[in-house]
Amino acid sequence: MFQPTIRIQSADFDMTDEHAAMRGRHRNVGAIASFVGVVRDVNDGSGVSTMTLEHYPGMTEKALAKIVDDATSRWQLIDATVIHRIGSLLPSEQIVLVMVASAHRQDAFDACAFIMDFLKTDAPFWKKETTADGSRWVDARVIDDNARNKWHAT
Amino acid sequence: MVKVLFFAGLRELIGVANEDVVLPADATVAGLVADLTNRGGAYAEALAADRRWRVAVNQDMAQLTDPIKSGDEVAIFPPVTGG
Repeated sequence: MFQPTIRIQSADFDMTDEHAAMRGRHRNVGAIASFVGVVRDVNDGSGVSTMTLEHYPGMTEKALAKIVDDATSRWQLIDATVIHRIGSLLPSEQIVLVMVASAHRQDAFDACAFIMDFLKTDAPFWKKETTADGSRWVDARVIDDNARNKWHAT
Repeated sequence: MVKVLFFAGLRELIGVANEDVVLPADATVAGLVADLTNRGGAYAEALAADRRWRVAVNQDMAQLTDPIKSGDEVAIFPPVTGG
């Protein structure tokens, strides 16, 4: 079992740096799949000017480590990086990075999607968006529960 | 005594981020939530049955029937929305 890189930070991240670091740590990696979540300027029909992310320090890191651990027991993974930003973010800013390394592409693709689906439903982050009408907490979506639950059927 | 934490919309509604609560020896998550709800006011509103919330005990997701012992950290929060 490798030691995943898990970071919660207000600062931005550089995907290219993370990619280079991951390749630099291993000689047996043949595939790296990654996902970056970005702040949209519209949600539920309203323009979003700022997105503020809160989390539960301690539980967040524990939950993310468990998700990566679960992925590692399902696929042949060599390395994984999960970086999630907190604090105030503007539209087009990066929120989250999931990057997974494996010997072959299918394990990397699948594990990356799995980690992201479980992050959406199991990691204690909450989004508050500011629109012209004021601030509101973002509601959890059933579609995210469905995306997570489909992995139980496979 | 357990430490109870509230997050996001629940914390804003209740107006408290964390507090110490004294519970009986055979306490459960459901018992704690009932005690908090019985305080009325913002607690009753925030924890009303038609609102969706989740509970974690010692930073693991928990069920209503799970036991709580002295020294535990219990967090109550809305369904998560990260990513």
